[in-house]
Amino acid sequence: MSWLLASAIVLPLASGVVGLSLRPRRAVQQCVSLLAAIGHLGIAIALLVKVWREGILVAQVGEWPAPFGITLVADHLSSAMVLITAVLGMATIVYALCDIDENALVKDFHPPLQALIGAVCGAFLTGDIFNLYVWYEVMLIASLALLISGGRKAQLDGAVRYAALSLVATTMLLSGIGLLYGMTGTLNMADLHLRVQQVENQGLLSVVAILFVFAFGIKAAVFPLFFWLPASYHTPKVAVSAIFAGLLTKVGVYSMIRVFTLIFTHDVGYTHGILLWTAGLTMVTGVLGAASHNELRRILSFHIISQIGYMVLGLALFTPLALVGAVFYILHHIIVKANLFFVAGATERLSGSSDLKTLGGVYREQPLLAALFFVPAFSLAGFPPLSGFWAKLLVIKASLASQQYWIAAVALGVGLLTLYSMTKIWVNGFWKARPASAEEPPPLTRPNRLLLLSPIICLAAITLAIGLWPGPLYDLAERAGHELMDPSKYVEAVLGPSQTASIDAGTGVAK
Amino acid sequence: METVVAVLVGVLMASSVYLMLRRNLVRFVLGLALISHTANLLIFSSGGLHGTFPPLVPPGELVPGDGAANALPQALILTAIVISFSVFAFLLVLAFRTYQRLETADPDSMRSAEPVIAAGRIDGSASGGRQ
Repeated sequence: MSWLLASAIVLPLASGVVGLSLRPRRAVQQCVSLLAAIGHLGIAIALLVKVWREGILVAQVGEWPAPFGITLVADHLSSAMVLITAVLGMATIVYALCDIDENALVKDFHPPLQALIGAVCGAFLTGDIFNLYVWYEVMLIASLALLISGGRKAQLDGAVRYAALSLVATTMLLSGIGLLYGMTGTLNMADLHLRVQQVENQGLLSVVAILFVFAFGIKAAVFPLFFWLPASYHTPKVAVSAIFAGLLTKVGVYSMIRVFTLIFTHDVGYTHGILLWTAGLTMVTGVLGAASHNELRRILSFHIISQIGYMVLGLALFTPLALVGAVFYILHHIIVKANLFFVAGATERLSGSSDLKTLGGVYREQPLLAALFFVPAFSLAGFPPLSGFWAKLLVIKASLASQQYWIAAVALGVGLLTLYSMTKIWVNGFWKARPASAEEPPPLTRPNRLLLLSPIICLAAITLAIGLWPGPLYDLAERAGHELMDPSKYVEAVLGPSQTASIDAGTGVAK
Repeated sequence: METVVAVLVGVLMASSVYLMLRRNLVRFVLGLALISHTANLLIFSSGGLHGTFPPLVPPGELVPGDGAANALPQALILTAIVISFSVFAFLLVLAFRTYQRLETADPDSMRSAEPVIAAGRIDGSASGGRQ
């Protein structure tokens, strides 16, 4: 059944290529993109159902046996991530139907978006560490194309910062992969799990591990490597910002979780200790940065950073409960964060401003939009019974269980400051009267208004559903967390039952 | 041989970091080009430099003989070269366009995305979205 795994990557990429050839025909291009998104959603659901029923799915690309060829692996975590990517891709495309209306821009929106979705799914599904690097580069090029589309000054400025730090990250990743290959003689992640245990020079292994922390850390925007994010995420079109905010940093976190549960577990006290400090500082700097800003999307950009801290915290604690918390956090956060950007965009479109100083009266004029903001915003702050409450509860419970009281205190304090930030938006943007100087935005037709609001409604409904019935998602996160803590199933699925024999069978350039 | 390459990698890495820290976008782009080559050289040397003949499998056998060069790092480097070449091309155009639009190549004076907040008011327009 390898087609199921491969098609989750190939379908978006193929529709991107078709979309490129359809550039003169705008409506057809949009239809193709929408159909591909629906198909991708179907594939992603089928994949998750299959993994839920049968366990880890593996596909060997080109029938090359495991440690030699490229392997695609779908365990509970990666298939859940693929599903959430498909949901978000769908929401973004629907939102963009109304939001991106200039002819010149719409042609250049769908092809790179589909390429981005394909690359993100590739990064989630690959079981080969060099292949992961390749997906990172595809993701980078696709996201740069989206970021600069429009070519305003702020976009170019942001893109320079984004490109610069991302390229440093991928170079570090490449160097780390090179050194890891030199020590172990393999690139297959399951095979790496077995072989790093035989490496004699454990010190060098820790050095390589730190290279990976830096590479994925830049991608995930952790402290002190996050400066590209608040410089670039508020500049492009809202649909682009939203999918960036929801997905891109989370690919970094996902890769970090994958690598630091499967490969670098030789010196947990050292590597995960560094991650713990990083997590704490990331949470605090992110939320303080958010408190100092007044523009909606810039506030939200800083909140991405702060929330990344919670996910890294789950990984850093490295207990089963903490990993369950991290997985739950990522899944809930992608929906909430992208939705907040959609709401920010819709507010700007319907009220004519995105700056808290000139915004006002949204609650009076757009009560539905105000209600829709309430759900993701207070879920982000961790209000019961919304989804963020359960995510925070799991992570904080895990840190108390591992007797890391100070980090639990930091997490709670940051939650309070997040609440302050969301209340600031609510009071200044939604509640206070509209300032007299504010200009009326151009009116929106009914169907367009529906297109603009429908993805927000759907994502808010998912957040609400997770909050009221956290059971199913918790079960999924629990399975994923236990798979991560005990990689033997993953290794067995990839390399086959005779895994120990294959250690000696490799070409062996290990020094 | 490996020691020489290791020193070379070190020197190249140091030079590229020096270039990337200069306050000029063009130097930064050149630094990035150099650092990607450094990474390629690192992969090449980490695969082992002791091969003496091409890794061709002789007829009737399943593996190339002892002492064959390791083909995998070369395949990885080829992939990485192609990727870094295309990214470099993109980056050059981006740097040029940025220089044209913002009329500066000094990253410190590019403040379009993050305007300096002076005395409570924001200079320059930072609002994204519709414009």
